[in-house]
Amino acid sequence: MKIIVCVKQVPNTNEIKINPETGTLIRDGVESILNHDDANALEEALKIKDRDPKTEVIVLTMGPPQAREMLEECIAMGADEAVLLSDRALGGSDTWATSNALAAGIRKIGNYDLIFAGRQAIDGDTAQVGPQIAEKLGIPQITYVREFQMEGKRITVQRALEDGYQVLKTTMPCVLTCIKELNTPRYMSIRGILKGAAAEIKVWSAEDIGVNEELVGLKASPTNVYRSFTPKPKGKGVSVKGDTAKELAGNLLAELKEKHII
Amino acid sequence: MEFTYSREQQMVKKMIKEFAETEIAPIAEELDAEAKYPYETVAKLGKLGVMGMPFPKEYGGAGTDYLTYIMAVEELSKVDASHGVIVQTHNALCCWPIFTYGTEEQKRKYLPDLLSGKKLGAFGLTEPNAGTDAAMQQTTAADGGDCWILNGSKVFISGGGIADVYVIMAMTDKSKGNKGISSFIVEKGTPGFSRGKKENKMGIRASIAAELVFEDCRIPKENLLGKEGKGFKTAMTSLDVGRLGIAAQALGIAQGAFDQTVEYMKQRKQFGRSLNKFQALAFEMANMKTRIDGARFLLYNACNMRDRGLPSTVEAAQAKLACSETASYVVDKAVQFHGGYGYIKDYPVERMYRDQKITEIYEGTSEVMKMVISGSIFK
Repeated sequence: MKIIVCVKQVPNTNEIKINPETGTLIRDGVESILNHDDANALEEALKIKDRDPKTEVIVLTMGPPQAREMLEECIAMGADEAVLLSDRALGGSDTWATSNALAAGIRKIGNYDLIFAGRQAIDGDTAQVGPQIAEKLGIPQITYVREFQMEGKRITVQRALEDGYQVLKTTMPCVLTCIKELNTPRYMSIRGILKGAAAEIKVWSAEDIGVNEELVGLKASPTNVYRSFTPKPKGKGVSVKGDTAKELAGNLLAELKEKHII
Repeated sequence: MEFTYSREQQMVKKMIKEFAETEIAPIAEELDAEAKYPYETVAKLGKLGVMGMPFPKEYGGAGTDYLTYIMAVEELSKVDASHGVIVQTHNALCCWPIFTYGTEEQKRKYLPDLLSGKKLGAFGLTEPNAGTDAAMQQTTAADGGDCWILNGSKVFISGGGIADVYVIMAMTDKSKGNKGISSFIVEKGTPGFSRGKKENKMGIRASIAAELVFEDCRIPKENLLGKEGKGFKTAMTSLDVGRLGIAAQALGIAQGAFDQTVEYMKQRKQFGRSLNKFQALAFEMANMKTRIDGARFLLYNACNMRDRGLPSTVEAAQAKLACSETASYVVDKAVQFHGGYGYIKDYPVERMYRDQKITEIYEGTSEVMKMVISGSIFK
């Protein structure tokens, strides 16, 4: 069985700060990490490999050359192989162009049974790339997977909704996008780290994956960023205090009257 | 000397940091308060390959160099020094002598389970009257024909009663002094071998130290480790390796306390400004950082020499002296800069302050380190 896991290297948004004047992200010195949901996607693939060691797990990403560090870490967690799509021609791609490139990469890898992806990346939060890959490959997709079961070629998953979940069945091959409730990603192991540090990461160009230049990169992207800005922080809130409901209501009324709201 | 972390070392540091912050930090205070041995996290570390890092794969190790292993002990100790010493004692004082002096049969029998963390190792040299003067061993091993018969006791043994496999020093010929000491492998559960008093320690309280008692304890003849009469050498060379791990533990404590203090100083306000805006304090932090980084260079250099097969006894002693004394200085300032909050158990620096002291004492006191270093000056 061959599983492809689509991953993305993202800035650790816990550490990121915003330049209040320009409204842009200060990326200097911010560590790059494996996107959280993608770690869940990889973990689910590795769990299948734990049960059946013949399973082949290939991680795939598109990004700049330094994304190889994240791929080495995926191998250190237990993935067998890693592929990096990296080319200036792919730079500036929006989700539509990105999924064109990833789908082309997946076709080149070929003979896959399952594709796992994270629900969304913490830097863009679009949740579009996974579903678009499925559309472009013409295979079924289930998003927001929070529980996964496999019997032969049949898959049963729980798909999280805002107020509950759906139980869905499908067959392979298919694309599943994963959420953090699905599992707890494992740590890299020491042996895995030695393997990851020595691993040969395949780097494929736009030409290698045979993707038409009109389908990838900044120019091919239908999305234009008009302006990005940080919403102004709201002022400090006021907590109205009082021992009884009546007192609380009285205090609230007094506060509102004082500010000429009522 | 130029130093850069290899890709492998970067990943090991990252992995151990994540593990320590996620798995150990939330329980460290409780382990310390209750002097509880962390079976669960140690088992997890075993599964990740941390209990057998610097040993060859053919015996079940991970096959890293010594420097990378040392970085793992340092990272663990940043969060909890008890975990640091648990990994260190197991690796350097049990796995290392078995790997270095053991017969092929002994290595095949013991190392796979030890290096995978399925079994834990310990080391027994110290006795009530044989501390720094290790040659004063009273424990004896008599030739019983088809077995060795051990009698005596050991004190302050890290992992005592918890470990499964023990490397034990005992006199096989009292008339020969140092040269009458031999080392043995003793398994937990051997009749006549029991755990005595469990010590109530000042620090590293999650790492259990206990007395070991041998009463006509019969062990198989083939459990002699190395040659008869060579036990003192086994012990001294093991401690030589162990010193690097203790230096790493001390360095980790220093760095951990320093990092905690940096965060505290940024958020703690007095007289209308945060503590880092007070130059007297900020300058002291500059001193602390400089001493920590200097000690780290000494340690990594000593490990690097060991990895290249060069003699490094003096360098290891310098590293241990520098790292443990730096840690002593740093934890003192860390508590001071936390003020009253540094004196209560809500902040980790209180524990780090207590954990640090032992690094100047065990696996060779600072005075022994100075004996080694000065001996090399005035040859």
